[in-house]
This record gives sequence, C-alpha cells and structure tokens, in this order.
Amino acid sequence: MNGLAGRSAEELLRLLRAREVSALEVVRDHLARIELVDRELGAVLRVNDRAEDDARAVDARIAAGDAGTLAGLPIALKDNLLTAGLATTAGSRILEGFVPARDATVVARIRAAGAVILCKTNLDEFAMGSSTENSAFGPTRNPWDLTRVAGGSSGGSAAAVAAGLAPIALGSDTGGSVRQPAAFCGVVGLKPTYGRVSRFGLVAFGSSLDQIGPMSATVAGCALTLGVIAGGDPADSTSSSLPVPDYRAGLGEGVAGLRIGIAREYFDANLDPQIAGAMRAASAALVAAGARVEEVSLPNTRYSVPAYYLVATAEASSNLARYDGVRYGLRAAGSHSVGQMYRATRGEGFGDEVKRRIMLGTFALSAGYHDAFYGKAQRVRTLLRGDFERVFAAGVDLLLCPTTPTVAFRIGEKVDDPLAMYLSDVYTATANLAGVPAISVPAGTSAEGLPIGAQLLGADFSEAKLLRGAAVIEAALGPLAPIAPRKAAAIP
Amino acid sequence: MSRGGVWFVTIDAAEVRRIAALARLDLDDATVERFREQLAAILGYVATLDDLGVERIAPTEHARSGSAPLRADVVVPSLPIDEVLRDAPDSCAGFFRVPRVLTE
Repeated sequence: MNGLAGRSAEELLRLLRAREVSALEVVRDHLARIELVDRELGAVLRVNDRAEDDARAVDARIAAGDAGTLAGLPIALKDNLLTAGLATTAGSRILEGFVPARDATVVARIRAAGAVILCKTNLDEFAMGSSTENSAFGPTRNPWDLTRVAGGSSGGSAAAVAAGLAPIALGSDTGGSVRQPAAFCGVVGLKPTYGRVSRFGLVAFGSSLDQIGPMSATVAGCALTLGVIAGGDPADSTSSSLPVPDYRAGLGEGVAGLRIGIAREYFDANLDPQIAGAMRAASAALVAAGARVEEVSLPNTRYSVPAYYLVATAEASSNLARYDGVRYGLRAAGSHSVGQMYRATRGEGFGDEVKRRIMLGTFALSAGYHDAFYGKAQRVRTLLRGDFERVFAAGVDLLLCPTTPTVAFRIGEKVDDPLAMYLSDVYTATANLAGVPAISVPAGTSAEGLPIGAQLLGADFSEAKLLRGAAVIEAALGPLAPIAPRKAAAIP
Repeated sequence: MSRGGVWFVTIDAAEVRRIAALARLDLDDATVERFREQLAAILGYVATLDDLGVERIAPTEHARSGSAPLRADVVVPSLPIDEVLRDAPDSCAGFFRVPRVLTE
C-alpha cells in the first residue's frame, strides 16, 4: 500500500489492527519519506538502522495476538532521550558518538507498546534554545517555509511530524520546548504536569522544570502516546504514582459547562493582531461547544521569563557539570592536568548558547549573588504558582492563551540576540515554573500561511481535560499537518 | 551596589573570567568580550525582578512538594564495570584514567 507516510496515527493503527498493512510496510514507507524529504528539512539526526528488524518483531507480536497500544506505529525521538544501541548526542559535540547501553523509561514503554523507533531528531544543544539553530549539527527548517525556523528546542520532532516523517514523536519541554515548535510547525504538542512522565533517561537540563511530551498532527495521536509514557517510575523519584486515565477514551467528552479563563496579562495591546484573531477563533470554538469564557488575572506573569532564566540556567549549570571528559563523550587532547582537561573539553565541546547559560547559572548561584538572583527567582516562582492555584481554586477549568508571541521567525533573525530569543518563551515558561500541564493545538494560519498555536493550561494532572479542550478546537479549526515542505509559505 | 534589594552588577571581563573558571570553561578573548556584553544585557533584564518585594515569601525549590519516596533497603545489582567503562576515553585496570590531578 502506498501513501502510508502522512496518515494520522489513528488511521495507521486501524490499518495495522485490521492487518491491511504490516508494521514493516509502514516503517519502510516512513523511511522512504525521510530519504526523500529530510535533506531539505534537517529534522533527522540519525535513522534507526534496526527499524526494519524491529518492525518484523512487532509483526510477529501482532500475529501472536500480543499487539500493544501503539503496535506498528513509527515514532521519532528527540535526541536527548537515551536509546539503547542508538547514538544519543543531545545535539552536542560533547556527546558525539555516545551510544547508551540503556533506554530511557519512556523509550522502554513505547517499545513495550509496540511502537517502532524510526529516528532521533534534531534539537537545540542540550535542549537550550527556541529555534533549533543551536544544534551542533545544523538547524532544522520549518516545513511551512524552509527559510524559517521550526522552533525549539524540539524543532526536529515538530518538523518531522509536520512533514509526515512520523505520525508521533516525543520531545522535551523545560520552558516551552514542545509547545513552541508545535505551534510554529502546525502540530499538537503537550507538556504534562511535572511528575506525570518519568524523566529517567532524559538528558537533564532543568531538573525541576523538564518534562517529556508527545507531539502529533492530531490531538488523538498525543492522547494515545501520553497514555503509554505516563505513570510512576521508581527510577525517577519525582514521578507521580497517580493512576493514568485512558486519555484517548475521554476525548469526545467535550467541554460543556467548563469555565475557560482568559488572563488579561496575556492579551495586552502589543499582541500580534493575527495571533489575537486566532485566539478569538479558538475561544469561539470552545463557547460553541458549551464552555463559558471569563476574564481572569495572573498578576505576576511579567516576571516569569526572568525567573525562568535564573532557575533554569542555575539548574543547568549544575546538571551540565557532569560533562567533563572523564567517563564518556569528548575528551580534549593534550591536557597536562585534569583541571585543564575539564576546561578544554567543555570549551571545545559546548556551543555558545550552552556556555552562556552555564555562565548565567553559575553566576546566579555564586557566593554573594546566590540570594539576590537564584533565591529571589525561587520566591518569584512561589508567586507564579500562587497565581495559578488561585485561578483554579476559584473554579476555572482551563486557561486559554497564545503559545507564542509571533509566527515562526526567519533562520538567523534572532541568533545574535539571545535576549530577543528568550522572550519567545513569554507564554510558555510559566507552566514549567508552576509545574502545571499545557497543550498547544493548531488554531489556523497567519496571512502569510504560517501556523498559529492556541495554548490551554490546566491544574495539576488535568491532562484529560486539556486534551478534550484541544479536541474541540481541532474539530472546529482543523488539523494543519502533515504537509509537503515548502520553499516559502503559501500566500492565500 | 544594591538597588531595590538586588545587587546591581557591572560585568567586566575579569568577572566573566571568574565565572568561566568556576564553570570550568575555557573562553578565548573574543568570546569573553561577546559574553560580557550579552550577560550584561541579560542580567539587566532579569533585574525586572527587583520590582517585587519577595523577601518574606517562601522559595519554591521544586514543582512538587513532599519528601522523596524511599525504596526498600535491599541490595540490587550495580552497573556492571564493563558497561561503565565501555565509553571511557581512557581506562586502565577497572579505573577511568585521567591526566594528573595534582599539579605543582
């Protein structure tokens, strides 16, 4: 059967369950699509050279009646997720050639569910960035306009799904890195509640902020994948043992009677009118489905990006101290002392953005500045969390806001202005600081034909409600992907 | 110099080198200057937090409160040594080998 690549996760699973196609055929078709299309995109860092063998093994399981929830579905994995036997670089020279012996917990779970690992996708180095321009291995381009960024740091996963290279992908989100590229590429991306998904085997960036999240062209694809990866893990002591609901089964329940909050701080006069228009369309879809919209306030919103860039960088400076040339990865040649080896290895192995963030974090934690910077940011974090708790305690079910302040910007546009790049996180970083779940769902395109994402946020462990809300928006405004990559966005 | 409770920081090249040394990073002169400018801009921006009087607010260290769960106190297998040393840039007799630790 032709034309398997580009079909939705649900459709592929239906064909696989009905034995109309084999897992091998599905995987081969997606591998062929990568061959054809990824040259222009730069989404894939490496293909799983055992994908066909893995698919044959899944076909045997299907024949024996032992198919898992994702049996036969190809999946793309961000290259900061450890995969046994498959090189994992985190987009960095310092881990070039590193081949893990073990799978991350989420990877083991998706394998057990019968998914076939297709490839590792490109990312900003160590997940630090909002454009996938900080990868040591080149940028990822946006399939909607190849002169523009795919977003970051999970740009490779977002672009892969948007271009039909894989029906589902995993990314990671520390300050917006699943949701923002999802918005830029016109796909769905979800950041679970902190602790909902095990971080064991995710290359750590900000340990109190990181979460692994599913990405797919459809809400259903995300719901299915979340159900497989979520759940407590003894190997991650920050993971929650709360039961995992059937996210897929609940999708059609709709939003009748739900209260949707629109925070006035997110909708100031500076908001791009096209993005504001997309938010109105999303809001109208929710109201038409029986929800009530009301204005709320999150008064400490403007402090979230500065607080984020102190907390995240402080945690990163600690987490990245392990890359020292001693036990694995790059070791700079010709060092005469271990101190020189550390400095030279890290000097050579890390890119500029990673170094900048390590420096910022080290400074924020250093003697004399610790309380004023990191300590202060932690207190601001309490205020930000309090804003959400107040709103949800008052009975609001979901918050609606933009995912990003702009549509995808051009490659090279913000690369020399780190601060401008950081401000991309204005709508996303608060959810990581507060630990609450959030989803970005496509909400139409701009006049230049570039995707716009609407974001829903919920209380802790309200992913089922988020997915229902996203499903309503998707039903009204339509999924956007997958598409064939375009040299420039289509002008209507 | 303190301004509204947050130390107002002037970042000079010496400060950049001091931080780089703490972070075990080798930076060339051009990078030191580039980072000096960029870090000054970023720190100027995070000074927005000065507006808030948060001294009496408890810090949030973690997104989830509560103590870490403990596992049963039983011996489980450790990582096998050959797996541990498999990716070592240099190893010898079951140890990682590195350049001299103590220098004159």
